[in-house]
Amino acid sequence: MIAYIIRRALYAIPILIGVNIITFVLFFVVNSPDDVAKLHLGQKHITTQQIEDWKRERGYHLPLFINGERQGVEKFSETIFFQKSFKLFLFDFGSSDSGRDIGYDISNRMWPSLAISIPQLLVGLLVTISFALLIAFFRATYIDYWAVVICVALMSISALFYIIGGQFIVGKLLKVVPISGYDTDLHAFKFLILPVLIGVIGGLGSGTRWYRTIFLEEVSKDYVRTARAKGISEQLVLFRHVLRNALIPILTGVVVILPTLFIGSLLTESFFGIPGLGSYTIDAINRQDFAIVRSMVFLGSVLYIIGLLLTDISYTLVDPRIRFS
Amino acid sequence: MPFQPVILLTDALFFLLTAAIIIFVWVAKNRPHLRRPWMEVLTRTTGVVSLTVILFYYSIAILDSLHFHPKLDRSQNSEHQYSSEILSVLDVLMTPMRTQVEKTFSAPLATQYLAKEMVQYEDGSVDMQYKRLDYGGSHLQNSATEKKADLLLLLLKGTVVAVIMWALVWVFIAFLLRKPWQLSIAQCISRIVRNDTVIPFRAVAITTGILILLVAIAAFVGSKYHLFGTDKVGQDVFYQAVKSIRTGILIGSLTTLVMLPLAITLGAMAGYFKGWVDDVIQYIYTTLNSIPNVLLIAAAVLLLQVYMSNNAENFDSLTARADLRLLFLCLILGITSWTGLCRLLRAETFKLREMEYIQAARTVGLKNITILSRHVMPNFMHIVIINIAIDFSGLVLAEAVLSYINIGVDPTMNSWGNMINQARLEMARDPLVWWSLTAAFVFMFTLVLFANLFADVVRDALDPRVSNHSK
Repeated sequence: MIAYIIRRALYAIPILIGVNIITFVLFFVVNSPDDVAKLHLGQKHITTQQIEDWKRERGYHLPLFINGERQGVEKFSETIFFQKSFKLFLFDFGSSDSGRDIGYDISNRMWPSLAISIPQLLVGLLVTISFALLIAFFRATYIDYWAVVICVALMSISALFYIIGGQFIVGKLLKVVPISGYDTDLHAFKFLILPVLIGVIGGLGSGTRWYRTIFLEEVSKDYVRTARAKGISEQLVLFRHVLRNALIPILTGVVVILPTLFIGSLLTESFFGIPGLGSYTIDAINRQDFAIVRSMVFLGSVLYIIGLLLTDISYTLVDPRIRFS
Repeated sequence: MPFQPVILLTDALFFLLTAAIIIFVWVAKNRPHLRRPWMEVLTRTTGVVSLTVILFYYSIAILDSLHFHPKLDRSQNSEHQYSSEILSVLDVLMTPMRTQVEKTFSAPLATQYLAKEMVQYEDGSVDMQYKRLDYGGSHLQNSATEKKADLLLLLLKGTVVAVIMWALVWVFIAFLLRKPWQLSIAQCISRIVRNDTVIPFRAVAITTGILILLVAIAAFVGSKYHLFGTDKVGQDVFYQAVKSIRTGILIGSLTTLVMLPLAITLGAMAGYFKGWVDDVIQYIYTTLNSIPNVLLIAAAVLLLQVYMSNNAENFDSLTARADLRLLFLCLILGITSWTGLCRLLRAETFKLREMEYIQAARTVGLKNITILSRHVMPNFMHIVIINIAIDFSGLVLAEAVLSYINIGVDPTMNSWGNMINQARLEMARDPLVWWSLTAAFVFMFTLVLFANLFADVVRDALDPRVSNHSK
């Protein structure tokens, strides 16, 4: 079991190297630091000296791969590739184009992200699973048919409308909770209700429909028929047999997104003014701060790979056959 | 010539795609095994209704893709005979809405501006009052008393025209059907009305009726009023929403065009050759997959912006620039979205290559490439088509989100995302400016809803697993 996990973890290394190479090529080879400097300094009336200064301040003045001016190890370490890309492996993100320490910002900003994404995931799971189970109970009736139609309709509404509509109705018309903002400690609670609620409603359509399929697949299996043949009531069949077994694919499906909860949601956070990693990323994109975007790309990939790893592990825990194959 | 045609890059690709679809339909018509699942789609009411709506959107996108330079009036100056402005056929059809630009916000069907303005009288006194719009309802003498009657009249005119056109269309369809059904036109119509047909024509008739009615009313009312009001710079919101259809459809369809070759060739190769080919391909898609899509798109679009601002001289017009950005967006969306389909196709090819007929083909000595193209690929095409259908609605939704974060289409281009993005800032105004959002919502929701419903029907019809299950 442990050997299996180690083997899977080792697979992650070449993938991370690949991600690193892609981001390096995108950010430094396709457009040279000179182009980026020009973009930041504005187009007209800039001297080469200004560009040089801008690059030197942010460490982009170094050569890409090999520094001919240095000796020994420094020949390779004093390069953009080592300073900007390789150091990501050590989770040393460096400083942003505006001079702030990215690692510090990330460690501060992941808590608000988690404060939204974890309740959103838990409440969302609870609600969608209950709805899906209810629909599975009424399967092949008009209730089932219309529930699926409503799910499809809910899925067809853009996330933007959920957020704008929710903000408008709950925050502005009913004035129950503040529209946006964030606070420390427990005061944050009132700011979190609306984004969590909207997140849950936004995911309701696709989630319910997906879990309904899983439940229906489970319902048609032989052991369920056996249980029914034994005379167990339909409710008991659903709760004791179907729900328990269907939870296996549902939960293993959830595991893969667990690590990405840190990053939070780009849209929700920027709409509600929550100082998490999602709004951090959006701000960086809007300010064209390439250092932050690059760090977030790397961090996102690491978290995704961890998610894959956790999925593999959870499969082995659930299904012993995988361990021995 | 009164105009000079222009084919933008996206236009060319879109026409290519349309041609490919037409060829596919033509080929499939004569092959029973391709025909059967599609007939199943057509016999379902949801299937034909959503197909009708999607085709309606698609034809608007086609009209909006026929671009040209209009001719300038002063023809004696031979060097500048054509305007540098690029218009589409749709622009011409919607001319009053396109050209009748007010100064700022006005509510749907309004005759006055939204906010009071200062008016100076001849005697020097100053007063705040609602000014009349330059175009919306400008034909009325007294807007307060005449507007209702005028709107009703326009509505009535639109309905009458719609009913006549709809009747003509369906008599013509009945005329076409009379041969294959071997009935008279009247009998054909009565059969459609009784819903006694294999393909539910009655549902199609109702859908087209609604669509024609909406178009006619929009044409009549829209020529005199602003149906969905005007935005901050006085542009007609209805016109913007209609123009956005092309962007939505193009993102949904051109992305597929980018994604398919990658997914099909790599998926088939990985599954068929196994070994190191499989390892390499798996490595490529796991790596690409592990980069969060939004961030990869953001990084790519940021880089495009850098490139464009440094090579501004290469882009002669704003339209060409916006067009290139749209194409680039499709390209990058394609690169981020082929991995899912590739994985499915790889798994399917794994299964197929162990089939006896493939082993037989290999024993006979067919080349790998022949086996792949003749025996493997046709047998996983249903997965490809199901995936195209499912992905389409997701891509339309993605466009809106990306444009909101400013990494979508060019800000000057009409798109639902841009409309939402601009309208969002107006939500804080009092009185509330809700019409831009509503227009974007209605148009986008309709397209995505019917695309989703269509995808469901296509999946049920094409997926052998599902159809065996239900029979």
